[in-house]
Amino acid sequence: MANQIVGIEMKLKTGLAEMLKGGVIMDVVNREQAVIAEKAGAVAVMALERVPSDIRKEGGVARMSPPEIVEEIMGAVSIPVMAKCRIGHFAEAMVLESLGVDYIDESEVLTPADEQYHIDKMDFKTPFVCGAKNLGEALRRIGEGAAMIRTKGEAGSGNVVEAVRHLRALRSQIRRLTTLGSEELMNEAKELGAPFSLVQWVAREGKLPVPNFAAGGIATPADAVLTMYLGAESVFVGSGIFKSQNPEKLAHAIVQATTNYQNPKIVAECSKGLGSPMRGLDVNLLKAEERLSERGW
Amino acid sequence: MKVGILALQGAVQPHEEKLKKLGITPIQVRYPEQLSDLAGIILPGGESTTMIHLLKLNKLWFPLKEFVQTKPTWGICAGSILLAKTVTHPFQESLEALDITIERNAYGRQNESFIDNLSETSDWKKFFKTDKAIEGVFIRAPRIKQLASNVKIIFKHKEEAVMVQKDKCLASTFHPELTDSTCIHEYFLSLCN
Repeated sequence: MANQIVGIEMKLKTGLAEMLKGGVIMDVVNREQAVIAEKAGAVAVMALERVPSDIRKEGGVARMSPPEIVEEIMGAVSIPVMAKCRIGHFAEAMVLESLGVDYIDESEVLTPADEQYHIDKMDFKTPFVCGAKNLGEALRRIGEGAAMIRTKGEAGSGNVVEAVRHLRALRSQIRRLTTLGSEELMNEAKELGAPFSLVQWVAREGKLPVPNFAAGGIATPADAVLTMYLGAESVFVGSGIFKSQNPEKLAHAIVQATTNYQNPKIVAECSKGLGSPMRGLDVNLLKAEERLSERGW
Repeated sequence: MKVGILALQGAVQPHEEKLKKLGITPIQVRYPEQLSDLAGIILPGGESTTMIHLLKLNKLWFPLKEFVQTKPTWGICAGSILLAKTVTHPFQESLEALDITIERNAYGRQNESFIDNLSETSDWKKFFKTDKAIEGVFIRAPRIKQLASNVKIIFKHKEEAVMVQKDKCLASTFHPELTDSTCIHEYFLSLCN
């Protein structure tokens, strides 16, 4: 646990992330979707203005969800409610904290508000989750105070390939750190662009000091299972659910598959009769500026 | 001795680590047939609504309901909600092993989560002799609003019951698995023995 590093506040922040492990966190844009998510067994919901695939389609600046929508969703369900703010937009984060959301996602899915700095997350009582593509990025965010890391994946693509790439990168970079001698770690911290104390911690423990979840492009129960096998401890599902033909059934199936990820018979059973999933994009055909995972520094 | 941790969702791993420190490698329980030879089970923290949903999907609801009436069981936070006879805010079904009324998210949301020292009762002092205070980690925690006379209090926070016991069934609204101490896990294992 990271609490040896940053104390009591961090214990409460990562503590809530511990409680969300083995679960599914679903993107919702209104009260009706939040209720469907809770009934399907979601461990938390993420309130946002538009799901990533719509942001991609419609373009324009994507911002924090309007406060009344966040409050409406908080009032509709008893599970934790998360909400997204723009990278570096600490004023949006302050608004979300004052509304009492349970987790803030400083997210590359929204249009960044600062192209140099992320939010100083230590300053907040509300815990933060941040996206990462690799170990260096994950440790920079943890160094700033993130209490949970998720892969960036490629949000709104319906294509799991980027989430897989990021999970594999994290896993192999962590494994590599554990094989290094103590004298090699400072140079490694330099190469990774990560705080030395966190590099030392990961080299010793062989894992991230905060929970690590998967996100970005998960569209089917088997996608969720794949990410669990690659070391994700929970799964975020964004556009995948409410852009599918049968959201209720798919939400239900992804929850069941995530819990029973080691049991392919159950995964097969719950994958039946779901109708067509969201259509999905070939991420190799996306232009550099269309790749949300490139946002964040 | 075989001890299980309900592993449908939630903070399974921190309990695993505590039990391993005490020489027990726990079984992760996801299916009904795994209950048959367990000496006891931990129902970890997590989301109680999700757990109820998954208990039913995995056909564990009724077998577990039967198990917790007689066998050593410890519910933490969401687990304590599952064990309560009555659940409020909002109302939901439960395994009804302990005659208590419990209110969900009763301190507020995550911003109201807190850590504070607990006061122990004489039952605890008989079991564990130390001057060191027990730390209570409360995360979106429930509150025990009422308890029957056959339910005894093990720990209090500001005069409110936060850990209770009836026979071999324990419920705590806080998270001992997130602290450095293993003493409450030792206490649970003593009930399993």
